[in-house]
Amino acid sequence: MDAVPPDTIPSGELIFRGIGVSAGIAIGRAFLRPLPDDQVVERDISRADVPREIARYEAALIATRQQIRAIQKDCDPDVAGIFDAHLLFLDDGPFIKNVFTGIEGRRKNVEVVLRDVATGFMQSLARVKDEYLRERANDVQDVARRILHNLAGKQVTLADITEPGTIVVANDLSPSETVSINKDRVGGIVLDLGSPTAHTAIVAAKLGIPAVVGLHNISKEVRSGDELLVDGGKGLVVLRPTLERRTQALRQAESKHGIEIELGRLKDLPAETVDGYRVTLSANIELPKDVDAVLAGGAEGVGLFRTEYFYMSSKDLPTEEEQYEAYRTVAQRLMPAPVIIRTLDLGGDKFLSNLDVNWKESNPFMGWRAIRFCLAQPDLFRTQLRAILRASIVGNVSIMYPMISNLDEIVRANVILDQAKKELLEKGHPFNPHVEVGAMIEVPAAALVADMLAPYVSFFSIGTNDLIQYTLAIDRGNERVAYLYEPTHLAILRLIKNTIDIGHRHGIWTGICGGMASDPLMTPLLLGLGIDELSVSCSALSMVKDAIRRVSLSEAREIAQLALTSQSSVDVHDMFRELTKKIAPEILELVE
Amino acid sequence: MSHSASENNSKIVREYVIQNRYGIHARPAAMLVKTASKFQADVTVEKGSVRVSGKSIMGLMTMEASCGAKIRIVAEGVDAEQALDEIERLFENKFYEE
Repeated sequence: MDAVPPDTIPSGELIFRGIGVSAGIAIGRAFLRPLPDDQVVERDISRADVPREIARYEAALIATRQQIRAIQKDCDPDVAGIFDAHLLFLDDGPFIKNVFTGIEGRRKNVEVVLRDVATGFMQSLARVKDEYLRERANDVQDVARRILHNLAGKQVTLADITEPGTIVVANDLSPSETVSINKDRVGGIVLDLGSPTAHTAIVAAKLGIPAVVGLHNISKEVRSGDELLVDGGKGLVVLRPTLERRTQALRQAESKHGIEIELGRLKDLPAETVDGYRVTLSANIELPKDVDAVLAGGAEGVGLFRTEYFYMSSKDLPTEEEQYEAYRTVAQRLMPAPVIIRTLDLGGDKFLSNLDVNWKESNPFMGWRAIRFCLAQPDLFRTQLRAILRASIVGNVSIMYPMISNLDEIVRANVILDQAKKELLEKGHPFNPHVEVGAMIEVPAAALVADMLAPYVSFFSIGTNDLIQYTLAIDRGNERVAYLYEPTHLAILRLIKNTIDIGHRHGIWTGICGGMASDPLMTPLLLGLGIDELSVSCSALSMVKDAIRRVSLSEAREIAQLALTSQSSVDVHDMFRELTKKIAPEILELVE
Repeated sequence: MSHSASENNSKIVREYVIQNRYGIHARPAAMLVKTASKFQADVTVEKGSVRVSGKSIMGLMTMEASCGAKIRIVAEGVDAEQALDEIERLFENKFYEE
């Protein structure tokens, strides 16, 4: 690195707040991923230079093809499909021809011609009506960047990072860059753009690399080599952290790591209270690969298999075979443990661009989403149900309908389920005819009429995130009212209790698969309310198991009873924080 | 094998109405390109006044052939007939999507 005169070294901490998408603390030097397009230098070439420029382009195409194939071979099979499209873009006849004729006609160097031809295609794609096709412009750009990299010969890319623990700083990362991240060298990721559901966030969380996104302009404030502290749990990035802050963060990270190792030892022990009450502890997943984390965390199955990923990531509608393959893999690997597959829950904050959902809803959370969407798209719904049904023969599979608000929706969904079964019979595909069906309780109306729903389902699973948002009329994304999002609000506790009690009266079990289940401070409360199953995010499995194993059901019931008569949701939260401090102080250290 | 190519060069035109629900989006486009590229024949896809190469994914994607759209496929070359037969199977099976 170039020496900087001492008087120009900026001093003092600079704190950036963004959205933490992958927890953990990292301290390291920044690696600013440059934008290759900025580095295209325009040159005029002579007629005699034309063959040389064309040869350079051909060589770059060959190198790019090899690189894409290599990445495709190594990457997660779930994302490999992206690269099929990239290879077709790379070999597109008219595209290549336009570059050749551009070099000859304009007498410019290949970099400039390539950039302009790619921009032209991206602009034509931008005019396409179909939103999902429009987004393919990103893939064209991704491929063009790769070719530019290769034309430049040696250029700095994420693959050039050699120092372990490096913090990658960028405006945004393309899907292919994200999958090429090497965990041994990349210690953290910070981006200007991004959201918790973006591809980068999913990959970072899966690799366990602390990541903060949505930082607006951090890539302009940071220079390569700057020291950065990333706290993925708090969504915080500190530029030039003081020695004091660094020491404290490292100490914290070390102590947390020690506790995590301790809690990891609970893996094969039962999820059982001190006084011998056994509860089912399962995990939430969204990809077949997540089964590794389910098994490593000692869960007893999957309480929520989210299926939106297949619809959001591939950009093409997933076929019955693709879905079957995914469901079958999970069911088979976890057999005989149960796997509850939630049917498509799109809409709200999760959009899908390849269906004719092109309008913007002014109130998407209350709009055309989840079961409402599926009932209106019976073909799409049946495709998914057939895939799930076929997987039911190789494992312990159940179906769960999201966002049920009345009985009619369950009845109509079951009619479509019967049609799906009939279709499978006709095609000769085997399935379990007695596959169980459950309802997600996340609309307050459903919790209030749970007695009407119970005779028609085999279980309830409470989705607390939406239940809280709908009951308290709180948009979690709105920072001015976010403080009103209170899981311990008496209204929420009553709705949960009502659902559980009614379920028990009808002889069916009730679980919780929302965020509240993953908060170990809430574990005693949920146990005290009578919950039968907790389905938590894989990263919270050991903490929640620890919380279960440290509390007695009788104590949990007593305090839950108190909570049900408390006037203040803050008091309730404090009560359970105090309880946790008493019975499991290590959990507080991890979460606070 | 190429010496007889010019003798039985044929040009075939067939018309289709796109029946898969989401039209020729990226996956059907990719299937079409992969199929057309297996043959020597030139394959052109026409929708109204728009003409694109059946071997170009960019062209097919920007053509916006949605469900219900009428398109013409023109194949010209020694193996034009085989090419169109195989492409026809894609259309008949709605690109194996449903």
